[in-house]
Formats: sequence, structure tokens, C-alpha cells
Amino acid sequence: MSEVKKIKKGLDIKLAGKAEKVLEKADRSETYAIKPSNFPGLTPKLKVKVDAEVKAGDSLFFDKYCPEINFASPVSGKVIAVNRGERRKILEVVIQADSEIQYQEFKKADPNGLSREEIKEELLKSGLWSFLRQRPYDVIAKPEDTPKAIFVSAFDTAPLAADIDFLLEGEAEAFQAGLDALAKLTDGKLFLNTNPNLNQSKTFSEAKNVEVRQFSGVHPAGNVGVQIHHISPMNKGEVAWVIRPQEVVFIGRLFTKGIYDVSRKIALCGSEVKTPCYFEIILGASVRNILKGKLKDDEKIRVISGNVLTGSQISEDGFLGFYDSQITVIPEGDNFEFLGWALPGLQKFSMSRTFFSWLTPNKEYRLDANLHGEHRAFVMTGVYDKVLPMDVLPMQLIKSIMIEDIDQMEQLGIYEVAPEDLALCEFVCTSKINVQDLVRKGIDLMIKEMS
Amino acid sequence: MKALRKFLDKKKPLFQKGGKFAKLQSSFEAFETFLYVPDITSHNGTHIKDAIDLKRTMSIVVMALIPALLFGIYNTGYQHFLSIGQSADMMEICIYGLIKILPIIVVSYVVGLGIEFAFAQMRGHQVNEGFLVSGMLIPLIMPVGAPLWMVAVSTAFAVVIGKEVFGGTGMNIWNPALIARAFFFFAYPSKMSGDTVWIAEQGDVISGATPLAHAATLADLEGGSGVATSVIEQHLSNSWDMFVGLIPGSIGETSTIAILIGAAILLATGIASWRIMMSVFVGGFVMGTIFNLIGSNAYMTDIPAYQHLIMGGFAFGAVFMATDPVSGSQTLRGKYIYGFLIGVMAVLIRVVNAGFPEAMMLAILLMNTFAPLIDHYVIQANIKKRLKRVKVNV
Repeated sequence: MSEVKKIKKGLDIKLAGKAEKVLEKADRSETYAIKPSNFPGLTPKLKVKVDAEVKAGDSLFFDKYCPEINFASPVSGKVIAVNRGERRKILEVVIQADSEIQYQEFKKADPNGLSREEIKEELLKSGLWSFLRQRPYDVIAKPEDTPKAIFVSAFDTAPLAADIDFLLEGEAEAFQAGLDALAKLTDGKLFLNTNPNLNQSKTFSEAKNVEVRQFSGVHPAGNVGVQIHHISPMNKGEVAWVIRPQEVVFIGRLFTKGIYDVSRKIALCGSEVKTPCYFEIILGASVRNILKGKLKDDEKIRVISGNVLTGSQISEDGFLGFYDSQITVIPEGDNFEFLGWALPGLQKFSMSRTFFSWLTPNKEYRLDANLHGEHRAFVMTGVYDKVLPMDVLPMQLIKSIMIEDIDQMEQLGIYEVAPEDLALCEFVCTSKINVQDLVRKGIDLMIKEMS
Repeated sequence: MKALRKFLDKKKPLFQKGGKFAKLQSSFEAFETFLYVPDITSHNGTHIKDAIDLKRTMSIVVMALIPALLFGIYNTGYQHFLSIGQSADMMEICIYGLIKILPIIVVSYVVGLGIEFAFAQMRGHQVNEGFLVSGMLIPLIMPVGAPLWMVAVSTAFAVVIGKEVFGGTGMNIWNPALIARAFFFFAYPSKMSGDTVWIAEQGDVISGATPLAHAATLADLEGGSGVATSVIEQHLSNSWDMFVGLIPGSIGETSTIAILIGAAILLATGIASWRIMMSVFVGGFVMGTIFNLIGSNAYMTDIPAYQHLIMGGFAFGAVFMATDPVSGSQTLRGKYIYGFLIGVMAVLIRVVNAGFPEAMMLAILLMNTFAPLIDHYVIQANIKKRLKRVKVNV
């Protein structure tokens, strides 16, 4: 076994409401939606109109600037709405599902016997390509690129993250098939990054066709960007691809079963859930049936598709995000707190020891979405550095983004970071600066200027 | 408390756009957010946030200053009664000190916050919490005999020229509190140096000169001669007195013990950078040792290196001034260099230039000026490393 790289800089935020490893049943959702906002930088072009009938795997829309990349319907049924926002921006394509899913048929084949071009073609046609993302920029991979390597992180260290071993139970065969297909896409290696403490499953330990690397330590150790930084940092002009384990399974199913089957387990967690546990759903499902009767309702709540650091807020009958494998429910916290900044703060979580909660390090917190302060100019320094396990100067990078200095962004390592890697910087920021938004803004600017 | 909240909610529209007092919005908000942490929630990015904010940060620093302040109050009274040769009990000493010091604090806060509010109002910004700390630092580094109007002018100068012209909290180049002191020092030198300003309403039983002033006289004497030793025995307080702080000096700077309690609070809470604090002391000690080795005059030979760390404003500057995150170095590596050079410069100026016995202020202001340069080289090193990687791969 290779050496275990221990990530020391970072922070584990202990939240109440971790999901029990129990798979509960929920009524099947009737509506599903794919949201273009889940794909940063995408300009979607619709392929279907309202009332069109689609099968699972039929394209709903495609990338205007790269028409090969399709975004497929997760179920079969009827397109019932295309919800638009300001300037007719597409927000959601909503599908009313049939009671029995009809699958579009794709080629069933052993990926080991296929060429790179054939695999690419299958992935693009079926819409599964949209799960492959690239570094730099954290956007969907470009079909014409050949990445220097492909990275899969087999564990998630984010607050209340789903247990990936549990998510992949019974999927070993599809996972391996997916890995086989991915291995063909790169001239370099296919890295599977595991954590000896979190990954006990044979799905990972017996995976073939991969180079296993081990990581341990605090969040963001599970972020694939951090792992890439420690295995083979991104340089200018290089491209690497990343994909998550459940999505590798989707690819595997395409080749073993010949269908676009994107059913997945997700974790329902957070302090406002009565009994946090796992559910089996299909991607893009409405969360209404899952949440029904499961929430404590003594207070205003916030439903998040994804984790508390990088997820997006959805309504109680909103739809699950494309890449998300957890739903987190926390209190909204939109109330005033009398002299809150001066209280001892036993219930408050802080990386600094300015609140007395540091006396109880193992406590699980019930944190809300309150900012706990107002936006301010940068004052404190050295705080971001404590939670970014990369050889990148986070504050200087953020400042170069603020002043839109492209050269400096490039020099300071914009190619190496994704917004999620700096999510903890945003969490700990004393001045409440929106770090992830800024990183995304910087990336958008780079894409615009470099193309 | 609900009644208060209701009252604020009722009055709030008056201060918002279109309201009767819309021009006073910043001031209203400053008071409102002082009373209540606002109900703002995050809308994008992380949904949860660390509970810390600038108000908490600044109030921790103010708390860390309280031991030095309390000791300053006591010492002011103590020195006064000592100098007039009268004995007084604890109560009298403290009350005397309070009467002398409280007005200075009030003037510093009223003038400073008044200007901060006015600027925030003019710019339509929120009032920043930065001055909560500066407003406490300024009185602590003033001589107790400082006339109040001079304190007011220095504070005003520090806030306007030291901070607001650069854009307010977070944008300033120099530590505002030190700007106040530097202004005071150069504008009214007779009130900031010599041996009559450090003790309130001084009698003539003891000399009012600070240990630093005595030490400076050593520079004229030859090293190793018996003369120096006798000067030390006569005037220079012993290390223990300097460590405890029962010596004449600026209000909050005399007691190393009180300062170390503050340092412990700052380091335990993680507010101040231990890198800076440690390297200032290391720098001072190293420079002191070098002087001990050179030994070209009595100042160099007869003041052991460790005494430099407890004399004058060295400890206070290291703990509370050098660690200011805005005017200090911002990169982790830069912090070591920045701190080390402050320590070195402070002792260097102090020993070599007898005209500036209190060199800590100058050392920190000098290194504040150079902090961006230090950062620049640290950043360049990071960039070079990244570029080198590309070349290796190609």
C-alpha cells in the first residue's frame, strides 16, 4: 500500500444530524428537473419543448458552445415546464415521470474492448459526459482534450457528508466497469484516492485498473482538488479530469446495462431532520416526498441540496442538484441576537477560541445560516492559510481576483483551485467575504480571457 | 429585550433610504448592530459561518488590554504618591490613577469614534470596529501627564491621516495608534520625553525619568568601567521592577506581567499572530546579544539582552502593536521576517541613537512601511516555485 498523506490544515465542522447508515423508503417522486445553474459557465440550448415525451437518457438541452455535450433526462415522461428567470435564462427543465421508466437504449459493451473514441462517443451521446469535470476551472470537461490524469476521490470529508462506502454498496461491478471506461480516456493514470479510516469497502480496495493513493486528515482532505495538488499539481496548460464515485457507477451502468440509469442513494441529514438516514432516489428528483414528515418544524428551516459549505438552497418542494448526494436541513437563523457578539457562546462554533465552545471540542453543533456579523473589509490575516492545505496564498489570490488582475491570478495558482477548495476560507472569514463567489468570478474571467 | 427590538424596528424606517434621518443611517446601524447581531443570512456560498466577526475580534483585543490598563491606573497613583513622598493606601492610589487616566480614554474614544462615524456617514459606509482597539491603545501609550487637548489632536491626526485617507479600517498602512503617538512625539516633544511627564503631578522625592532615559545616558560612558555600574545602581530600576512595572513610563507600557497576561489572551484565542509576537522578542534578544558582544559603550555592555525586552514599550509594542493584522505583514513567512526586524530595529535605534530612547514606536512604523515589500518577496517566492514546476514538467 502506498503511503498515507495526512492533511493537517483544514477544519472538521461537527454538525448535529449525521445520517444513520439505514436505507429508508420514500414515495417515488413524480417530478424531476435538471437545472442548468448546476453547471457553471454553461450556456444551455434547449432540445425539447414543453409537452415533449422523453425517455431516460434523451437529451433535454446541450451546451451551446460545445453541442456534443448533452444533458439527459433522468427519467422517462413528459416535459411539463421550462422555468425561466431574468432575461429568459433557463432555470429548470421539469419532467413529469411515467410510472414505469422507459430507457433509451445505448450500446452495451465491455469498455475494455472499446477504443477511446468509442467510449467518448457513448458518453457524449448518453449525456453521461456531463458528469466529467475538469481542472482547471471546475467546469464540464471538453471532449477534445486528453487529460494528464483522471482523479476520483472515494471519500467526502465535508460536514455531514454521505458515506461513500455505503452509497456504493452493491455497485462494485458497475463501479469497476466505469473505472475501466475512464482509464481509456487518459494517457496518464486513473487515480483512486481513498482514506484508510473512511473507506473499508472492497469496492475500492479491490478496484483494478487504477492507481490508489491514500489521504487522511481534516476537511478538505476529501476534496479532489486538494488531492490533485498533492499528487500532481495543475500547471498552466494542463488539464485533469475529475469525477465522483457514484457517477463512475452511472458510467459503469451505461456499459453493463446499456441504459442511462442515474438512480443513486442520498443522505438526508442536518439538525432539523428527525431521523437522518439514506434514501434511494433518481437524480433530479423533487425533494418533497423525501422531506414529507421528516422535519422538525419548530423553526424556520433552510433546505440545502448538497452540503452546508458548497450546496445550494432549494425550497421544500425543490429539486435535487445534479452532482449532489446529500440534502442538508438546517435552521434559517434570520433573527436578531441581543449582544450576540459579546455572549460566551457555548452554542456557537468558531475555529478561533474566542467563544467558550472551544472547551467542548467533540460537541455536535446545530448551526444556522446567520452570517454572525456584517460584511467588512479584510482585516484579519493568516486565517485563510489555516484551512487551505495547498501551497497557494489564498488571501493574495482572492485579492488578485478582486482587482481582476489576470496575470497575477495565474501566477498565484487560479488553475489549482476550485470554489469548493476555498469554502472553508469563506466559512472562517471574520469579514464575511464571499470567497467562493469570488473564486468562481475569477475562473469565469480566466475562461473569458483565455479563449 | 423584546421591547428594545420593537423600538428599533419601529425607528429603523426613519433611518433608511427615503426616511427622515436617512443621512444618519450608518450611525443607526452601528448602534443597532452593537445591540443586536443582525438577522442577515447567507444567500450564496457557505450556508453556515464561523461565529466570529470583527466585533468579537476587537472586543477580545480590548479585553486583552485591560490588565495593562488596570495596572496603568494603579501605577499612575503609585508613582505619584512615591514622588511626593507620601504613603497612600490601595484605594487612594487607584482613585488617583482613575481620575488621571479616565479622561484620556474618554477623549481618545470620543474624538476617534466621532471622526469614524462622520467619515462612515459621509461615505455611506458602515462604521468599522477597528477604532475600538485603537481608542484603547492610544491612552495606554501616552505619558500620564499628556494634556487632554494634545491627546485629542493626536487622535484626530491618527484617525484622519493614519487611517481614513487610505479608505478606513483595513486599508491603512501604519498602525493608527502609533501614528497618534508619533505625532505627539514630534509635535510636542517636551510632553513626551524628558523626566517630568511620566509621573502625574510629580514631587521631587524621586526622579521621574524612565529606565530607558537612564539607559540612554550610558551610551556616553565607556564600557566595562565602574562608572556605568554605579549609574545603574543609582538610577536604573532592577529587572524585577521593570518586569512588574512599578516604574515611570507610558500608562500601559510599564508592566511586562500585565502585558503578558494580554498576550496569553490573544494567543489562546488565536486573534494575534504568535509568529509576529515571538519573532519580535527573538529579534530584540538577538540584537541585544550582539550589542553585548560588541560592547563599545556602557549601554551595550551593561544592559543584558533580556532587559531590552522588558524596558520601555518593547513588550507592549510586540504584543499589541506589531501584531496589528492590517499594518503588519500578511503572509505567514513574512510575519517571521517582519517581527524579527521590528525587534532588531527597536534595540538598534534605542542603543545607537540616544535621541530616540523609545525606539519601539519607530521600529514598528518603519516595518509597517516595509511590510508590503516583505510580502512582495514572499509572494514572488511562491510564484517562482509554481513557475519552476512548469519548467520541470515540460
